[in-house]
Amino acid sequence: MTSAPAPSHLLSGGPSRVPDAAFKWLALAGAAVVVALIVLVGAELYAGARLAIAKFGPAFLVHSKWDPVTDEFGALPFIFGTFVSSLIALVIAVPLGVAAALYLTEIAPFWLRQPVVTVIEMLAAVPSVIFGLWGIFVLVPWLRDHLFVWLKHTLGFLPLFQGPLYGVSMLAGGIIIAIMILPIITSVSREILRSVPNLQREAAYGLGATRWEVIRIAVLSYASRGIFGAAILGLGRALGETMAVTMVIGNRPEISASLFAPGYTLASVIANEFAEATSDLYLNSLFELGLVLLALTVLINVLAQAMLKTVMSGASGKVQ
Amino acid sequence: MNPSPFLPSAARQRWRRTKSRAVTVLLCGCAVVVMAPLFLVIYYLLVEGASAIDWHFFTQLPKPTGEAGGGMANAIVGSLTLLAMAAVIGVPLGILGGIYLAEYGGQRSNEWLRFAADVLNGVPSIVWGMVVYLMLVVPFKTFSAYAGGVALGLMMIPLVMRTTEEVLILVPQSYREAALALGIARWKVIVVIVLKTALKGIVTGVLIALARVAGETAPLLFTALGNNFWNHNLKEPIAALPLQIFAYAISPYDDWHRQAWAGALVLLGLILAINLSVRFLSRERNPAKP
Repeated sequence: MTSAPAPSHLLSGGPSRVPDAAFKWLALAGAAVVVALIVLVGAELYAGARLAIAKFGPAFLVHSKWDPVTDEFGALPFIFGTFVSSLIALVIAVPLGVAAALYLTEIAPFWLRQPVVTVIEMLAAVPSVIFGLWGIFVLVPWLRDHLFVWLKHTLGFLPLFQGPLYGVSMLAGGIIIAIMILPIITSVSREILRSVPNLQREAAYGLGATRWEVIRIAVLSYASRGIFGAAILGLGRALGETMAVTMVIGNRPEISASLFAPGYTLASVIANEFAEATSDLYLNSLFELGLVLLALTVLINVLAQAMLKTVMSGASGKVQ
Repeated sequence: MNPSPFLPSAARQRWRRTKSRAVTVLLCGCAVVVMAPLFLVIYYLLVEGASAIDWHFFTQLPKPTGEAGGGMANAIVGSLTLLAMAAVIGVPLGILGGIYLAEYGGQRSNEWLRFAADVLNGVPSIVWGMVVYLMLVVPFKTFSAYAGGVALGLMMIPLVMRTTEEVLILVPQSYREAALALGIARWKVIVVIVLKTALKGIVTGVLIALARVAGETAPLLFTALGNNFWNHNLKEPIAALPLQIFAYAISPYDDWHRQAWAGALVLLGLILAINLSVRFLSRERNPAKP
């Protein structure tokens, strides 16, 4: 049998290396765009924030007054709000997400796993603004009339759960972020749990351990570092959540001990005030908030990637 | 030799089994709680939104404040326009980047490029809005459809790049070797053999990236801005579904709230339809399955 020659149109052009080199450079240019974009994003935000950086210096980060009328700008209430709402989200989403991932890898019957994973992926696809809409009209009224009332009644001795119930609040913001980061925490935790070698489980079952003991001793202890990485990754997402949070957190630049009080986050103050910033200094201050937000998310993401990478490569190395 | 710590008295055995069962039930419950928001959101969208969807919703412009009726025709067309512009920017650059990662890059440089793409993926969407505002809105002194399209397009690049790389790697090495052995230039091997084999996976990645940016609001707030009328010139502000939903949701009018629910139902329906259909398509047997 003779081999067929390559179709002639593929061979035309002769042995020239010019198109080959050109295509390689074109592809490299496409890849280099991502690096250029990182530089661009940082440089543009810095350029936009110049005035504020020059005027306020590092004190911007710890100043707690935000008053466009007197041109006084400080980032502290927003940094506080961003961290508190993200922490609330993590406290809710990490245990739930890890539990759901455990259900998927250890308990669920095989035929049920894929449908559950698909549902969670669809949850990740819901746009932020739709969660915000649902938050305003369904979640917040329910929280105000039921959960918050109950919390105030039972845990009201804590300063965290005191004060008037508006509904829109730091806690509502945290809960909506929790819903939005649940899919990523669940799916990354699931990857981590799946990388736990089956030998670990079999060994524990072989010793007579119950399912819970297997999970606790053989699976969770093995996967704990990776789950920590998943939580950090979730934190990176939580910090940057914008629309849904803006719609339910109440948007008041105050630092309050109560989780029932309205708050404000870096992302939501930008979304709300950017278009109506009247003075240059005001706009520059908003850009500096953007810079702070970018620095935080990049830092947290880099940390999470680094953690997950060592865990995943270590785990797969052990499997083989 | 010590006896196994798991084999003491009968009472303890029972307690351990009970505990294990309780945890099993708890974990099942958590899985239900994690899935519940999706169903709750869809339920309320259907209950509140379906009644506001009619022919006018798809064919009319928004009515002025206080007048009942009207639709989101301009926002639907606006969203599609923005997505088309985003695709023009994000798809070629993303695919080229993916080709470099899968076909050319060295291990060290690839690690850095992947890292850069992951960092970009983590940049909050509101930050993209600010950056494009400085790049395109300030110099041209107007909010514009172009600015909105660019913001979404830039967000797509790292998404498309990573999925393209993933599917290209799955194309068997022997395909490339066979084609190269026939004397076909390398770039043609990549374009005609590798890309063609992986085409389905690449299209899947592009569609998922489009579905992802279709729901983005934050990057459009100060680029595309929104518009209550038809956009006749891409150098001017343009409406988009997510922007319209946001504006109506925070407005004080009941009729606008209904429209916001309807808009959200249309938007989510579109996004979930893309996601689900893509998933079923790519589930067929395919060497370049994502």
